[in-house]
Amino acid sequence: MSGPVLATQGLAKSFGSLVVARDIEIELPQGVRYALIGPNGAGKTTLINLITGMLRPDDGRILLAGDDITALAPEQRVRRGLVRTYQINSLFPHLTALESVTLAVCERSRAAGTWWRQLTAYRHEVDEAYDILAALMLGPVCHRLTRELAYGQQRLLEIALALATRPKVLLLDEPAAGVPGDESKELFSAIAGLPGDITVLFIEHDMNLVFRFATRVIVMVGGSVLVEGTPAEIAADPQVRAVYLGKAAGKSLAEAHHG
Amino acid sequence: MLPPVIGVIFDGFAYGMLLFLLSVGQSVTLGMMNFINLAHCSFAMIGGYVTIALMSRYGWPFFATLPCAFVVAAVVSVCFERTLFRRFYRVSDLDQVLLTIGIVFVSIAAAAYVFGTEQQPLQLPAYLRSSLTFMGIRFAVYRLILIGIALVITAALVLALDYTSFGARVRAAVDNERMARGLGIDVDRTFAVTFALGSGLAGLGGALAVEIVGLDPFFALTYLIYVLIVVSVGGLGSIAGSFAAAAVLGISDVAGKYYVPQVGAFLIYLVMISLLMWRPAGLFGRR
Amino acid sequence: MALSESLPAPHAYFRARTRWRPIEIAFWLACLLPYVFFPDYLSLASQIAITALFALSLDLILGYAGIVSLGHAAFFGIGAYTAGLLSKYGWGEPLTGLAAASLAAGIVGYATSFVICRFRHLALIMLTLGFGLLLEELANSAGWLTGGVDGLQGITTWKLLGLFPFDLYGYAAYSYALAVLFLLFLFARLIIHSPFGLALRGIRENLVRMPAIGAPSLAHMRSIYTIAAAIAGIAGALLAQTTETVSLESLGFNRSADVLIMLILGGTGRLYGGLVGAIVYMVARDRLSGENPQYWYFWIGILLVAVVTFLPNGILGGLTKLTVRWSRL
Repeated sequence: MSGPVLATQGLAKSFGSLVVARDIEIELPQGVRYALIGPNGAGKTTLINLITGMLRPDDGRILLAGDDITALAPEQRVRRGLVRTYQINSLFPHLTALESVTLAVCERSRAAGTWWRQLTAYRHEVDEAYDILAALMLGPVCHRLTRELAYGQQRLLEIALALATRPKVLLLDEPAAGVPGDESKELFSAIAGLPGDITVLFIEHDMNLVFRFATRVIVMVGGSVLVEGTPAEIAADPQVRAVYLGKAAGKSLAEAHHG
Repeated sequence: MLPPVIGVIFDGFAYGMLLFLLSVGQSVTLGMMNFINLAHCSFAMIGGYVTIALMSRYGWPFFATLPCAFVVAAVVSVCFERTLFRRFYRVSDLDQVLLTIGIVFVSIAAAAYVFGTEQQPLQLPAYLRSSLTFMGIRFAVYRLILIGIALVITAALVLALDYTSFGARVRAAVDNERMARGLGIDVDRTFAVTFALGSGLAGLGGALAVEIVGLDPFFALTYLIYVLIVVSVGGLGSIAGSFAAAAVLGISDVAGKYYVPQVGAFLIYLVMISLLMWRPAGLFGRR
Repeated sequence: MALSESLPAPHAYFRARTRWRPIEIAFWLACLLPYVFFPDYLSLASQIAITALFALSLDLILGYAGIVSLGHAAFFGIGAYTAGLLSKYGWGEPLTGLAAASLAAGIVGYATSFVICRFRHLALIMLTLGFGLLLEELANSAGWLTGGVDGLQGITTWKLLGLFPFDLYGYAAYSYALAVLFLLFLFARLIIHSPFGLALRGIRENLVRMPAIGAPSLAHMRSIYTIAAAIAGIAGALLAQTTETVSLESLGFNRSADVLIMLILGGTGRLYGGLVGAIVYMVARDRLSGENPQYWYFWIGILLVAVVTFLPNGILGGLTKLTVRWSRL
């Protein structure tokens, strides 16, 4: 496929005098696994909100597979395959896991508008929902209410909901956030098992995840993109270290490098 | 010579001040704890009946009954808050509605049992029923005093909010309850005191309302609607919002009934709907 | 994990939810009891059935989509006045009257849904309240049409299906109201167990997440609001036809508030909550008002406080909790 599947051009957003996004240009080719990192307050989640349509940009364009989607409503972007998960779980507490994913599948297949046929008649959608849950190791608990699931399972359900929409581009907002160590194994294998034709951009602070899964890393600071490169390049970059560890550390590293 | 519209605005503003006294407590407590207390006007009604009882059965002068109305309403509300309401701060909105509506019903029954269902007559001294004429407009003395009391109370509230440590705690708790707790502020106690103050003000409003709109057991429900309108249009947790909304609604209501009587109370609902559609969180609301 | 091993489980879950439970069948059979045991109270029974239908329509928007309305009686009143006016001006056939009422209420519901469904929380409650009060004032002023405070006169309802006249004994009225209630209940049940019903519950649970799974939430809400308005209109028409009067209180605030209380009392989002709440509330009101309406206010007030204290989530919610606890013994 020629051209990037997701691209932003000159994306900018301010709240009064607070600039949260400054001339952001990124390009995601198809099938990549990009990581978006940066200190807190760098504007990573804001960028996700801009791309998904939850926030309207002051300037710039967003292109999905070459089409300008800047003016589209969030649910319309989802229908075109641009999907996100949430850093803090945003689930349906009193629906079971199976019901939640079935709902997402039905919305995608536009079955959710029909009130004259029972859910039991939609075997296809229920099967698909169950398959998604099973692939994420949630099969045995699919009949439990969402609020009764363990936190790690809820994070997986977040991903399941996103997968149910058959995304082309998947934006994961800190998928491992808050997941205790013993539950993160499933999460890691879930991310590893994501279909190869989906393009994934994930925000993460957990450098294990970044180094394990990302083919390329984008670093954001203060609302703009600082630098972009392979994980190894980023790890060695003195600018990035300065951002995380302070200017003095970066400088001394640079001196050590040259000296 | 002033045009008659000045008289209409004056009467409307006085009515608005009455609504303000009835509503300000509800706005602040709703903004602070998100506790839906539909029984708020029952406390107002208690204030009204205290004034009636003290004046007709014990011959107290009118102004002496006002502090009593305030205190009795505040005390009764604190009893309810400590024993009943505080167990329901975390339940769903609908359950809070059901609980407090139940209290309203009981209060209506109690009022009807003790005082009967007719409107209570109030015998004010002659000077309170008179009016001053200024530049061709008649200004009722009672309404002048009502406006005076309301403005003094507003000033006191604003000063207390901005310059006392209690006020600072109230502002913090309204702004972000969880954060305030995290900072060590005793939100529960702040809320209890605010709740008592707000209910006391409602009681005072109820006492002052008897002369203007009359008092019967259904006051608790009838004026609940107006209080909800003021609170939602003004914005939760905002004194300025309650003041502005009450003034706008009071003037709209009186002006509507004066200039287009066929449409009656229509106007106040239209104004509310328009304002809410323009600003769903209220004029001074946050969320 | 092979699908064939667990094929029964996911589908069985959804099928189990649509199955009729014995207690449901018992409930509907119990609705036939008044014929035998309370023949003098059939007119009260039909009032309860009509109110239960109204409460069911509110549950569809409140319990399932999370739209809290304090002005739902507007649609009840529109239905009542439509059927009443139709009859007053010469056409008293009951079934077509129902159809006309549902159409009128549905159209108004559809039109207002474009405004109503865009708001939540306090703004939504106050907007619905405002619209209801506005309509009440309009109906009051338009005395030439509505009969104003005196109400609509001259309504005569023709024989049901051309065979059964409405008489003082109330057999026809109760059968009519109960049949309409049951049919529309089946309709509501169908909606709830469809993908649309699942979408409504998603809206109630987490409105913000819905666009993120591609759901047109506003369109869904407008649909159910229109359907609920039409059903409320039918309930209003039933009242007009069975009592042969229509007054301002049919679209008044008291009626909106009463039905909301009944629904919360019975338990929202459980289909039967409105029915149970209506029965309890109206029987209590009938028994307790007697000579002194104040006594009713007192006792129903105590009942409401007691239900919230001991049976959270309404009567049905509390019963569910109790049965769960008992089944664990």
